[in-house]
Amino acid sequence: MSGNLRLLDDTLAAAKSEGRAALIAYLPAGFPTVDGGIEAVKAAIDGGADIVEVGLPHSDPVLDGPVIQTADDIALRGGVRIADVLRTVREAYKATGRPILVMTYWNPVDRYGVERFTAELAEAGGAGCILPDLPVQESGLWQEHAEKHGLATVFVVAPSSKDERLARITAAGTGFVYAASLMGVTGTRETVSSQAEDLVRRTRATTSTPVCVGLGVSTPAQAAEVARFADGVIVGSAFVKRMLDAPDHAAGIEGVRALAGDLARGVRAHA
Amino acid sequence: MPSTFFIPDPEGRLPSAEGYFGAFGGKFIPEALVAAVDEVAVEYDKAKHDPEFARELDDLLAHYTGRPSALTEVPRFAEHAGGARVFLKREDLNHTGSHKINNVLGQALLTKRMGKTRVIAETGAGQHGVATATACALFGLDCTVYMGEVDTRRQALNVARMRMLGAEVVAVKSGSRTLKDAINEAFRDWVANVDHTHYLFGTVAGPHPFPAMVRDFHRVIGVEARRQLLERAGRLPDAAIACVGGGSNAIGLFHAFIPDASVRLIGCEPAGHGIETGEHAATLSAGEPGILHGSRSYVLQDDEGQITEPYSISAGLDYPGIGPEHSHLKDSGRGEYRAVTDAAAMEALRLLSRTEGIIPAIESAHALAGALEVGRELGPDGLIVVNLSGRGDKDMDTAARYFGLYDTDAEVADDATGTAEIEEDAK
Repeated sequence: MSGNLRLLDDTLAAAKSEGRAALIAYLPAGFPTVDGGIEAVKAAIDGGADIVEVGLPHSDPVLDGPVIQTADDIALRGGVRIADVLRTVREAYKATGRPILVMTYWNPVDRYGVERFTAELAEAGGAGCILPDLPVQESGLWQEHAEKHGLATVFVVAPSSKDERLARITAAGTGFVYAASLMGVTGTRETVSSQAEDLVRRTRATTSTPVCVGLGVSTPAQAAEVARFADGVIVGSAFVKRMLDAPDHAAGIEGVRALAGDLARGVRAHA
Repeated sequence: MPSTFFIPDPEGRLPSAEGYFGAFGGKFIPEALVAAVDEVAVEYDKAKHDPEFARELDDLLAHYTGRPSALTEVPRFAEHAGGARVFLKREDLNHTGSHKINNVLGQALLTKRMGKTRVIAETGAGQHGVATATACALFGLDCTVYMGEVDTRRQALNVARMRMLGAEVVAVKSGSRTLKDAINEAFRDWVANVDHTHYLFGTVAGPHPFPAMVRDFHRVIGVEARRQLLERAGRLPDAAIACVGGGSNAIGLFHAFIPDASVRLIGCEPAGHGIETGEHAATLSAGEPGILHGSRSYVLQDDEGQITEPYSISAGLDYPGIGPEHSHLKDSGRGEYRAVTDAAAMEALRLLSRTEGIIPAIESAHALAGALEVGRELGPDGLIVVNLSGRGDKDMDTAARYFGLYDTDAEVADDATGTAEIEEDAK
């Protein structure tokens, strides 16, 4: 079975045709439990997220701030396995029909086996993968298998990326380009970095692939601001924080649904 | 005039342009760090070919560090090593007390060349942290050192030294709270502050060019030892032995001997309580290839690529990764790696102290324990050089608790539990 790269492309195109940015939510699998995590993904989509990135927790999340580190810790201590991550993708896709990507670090995929991972992710209905510590020059093997199985290869670009490097990255990527709004790790920030708009402009100059902005975006107002210049708005830590801060699981799920609703209005503010 | 102490690999054999030593190495880093890591590579390449850089570094290594370091024959210790002749390369006599200063001074000069004003570093035993704090004091650079919380307790003396030197020491409370987690936290800092900050990486791991650059700064260890042995013993050694955590002192000793096929290169990994107990940090003996901290190398990991928590009594060896060049030396058969338990290392620490009046770091004691084994295998005709990578002052609290050296009632009573606590903390 082929993966859902096409569904991802169509979803981003549909948002564009509505004159708005897409809302992309990030939630780690296995947090707080595997079933609880699946519920959270469904709640984010039910609340208004167009696309979800499911995190495959890693023992050494060097690009994540304290919020996602805490969630990863909880998931790993709960014994989450790659099979559970794939089940999260499968159930979320089956229930919603939305594009579901996986976001993780390279070592778990490398160890599991690139062919096995891409085949099973496609079979589960996944749309692609984001591997932020796999730079384009090391990504040949991954790209070959992702393409074979109809999965998107979403690369991250950063404010420090030089123009010629942006061109090389966007030429290799599919689905969308993940533009990191600032230099730093995941986590909520008070304001959207001024570097974000410039990076989107420089990235757009190299590709017609949609450019979505993440890192530090957490509020509806920030989502609205980013939506003015980007094709998608990616929110992660703010969802995880709703779950961590909630008095109980049900309240956490409602918090995710409510935040997705508020952010969905944010990305439509200028439509 | 060729430089005396800064002696990068003149052949430029490995790594490849992409940073690979055979199947190991590379550059697995987030996009946000690509420009900075590339800048380090370009700047190091320029510096390597700049006589002024070599002159400046040579001057520091001679008059600040105190190079060349001595080569000491240890006959009373060697009686326990099957009667083989044993020489110690005395990196413990360098300023700051370990080999780490060789690399730190080189990278500190590079930091100045790049116009950066702040340095961050990780540290396990605190030796790299102390060396970095020292160089930052010398050059007037801001300095932040990340150290696992467990290690800040078992190496409290080095924490105080770093603070005395003006560095900020951050106790890292994530994961196993040891060296691996200190590196994770340093990477997080670097991503956010890369415009004015250099990550002064302390070992021969990490993304290209760090494994090659850090090796080059330590290469003087083996170059000196080789020349000193030829003068003193009249021949090349049968074995060059060093402890390996990340592998910097070992590659420093080994590298100049790689073309000498008769010299066995033997790395001693920490077996902790024994590999069979699962409580160890013997990456090459028990790990599998994977990616950790920016390069492909052997890694202690589970079947789904999660890094497993290492254990060693030695904070400086308590690391689940290893420099990629060591992985290549292992797979190519040029290097041999054996595992040494906490108990064997501590026994060797006591033996060297009692027989030669030299108290080694617990890290280096792993190499000494390996030398006792190898010496017995070689017999009286054997000739061994061991890298004594650091001195043991920092380890006196751990050693005192281990051997029961404190004499107040409370501390004697606390002795057994104290050792257990330290070991428990490190798990």
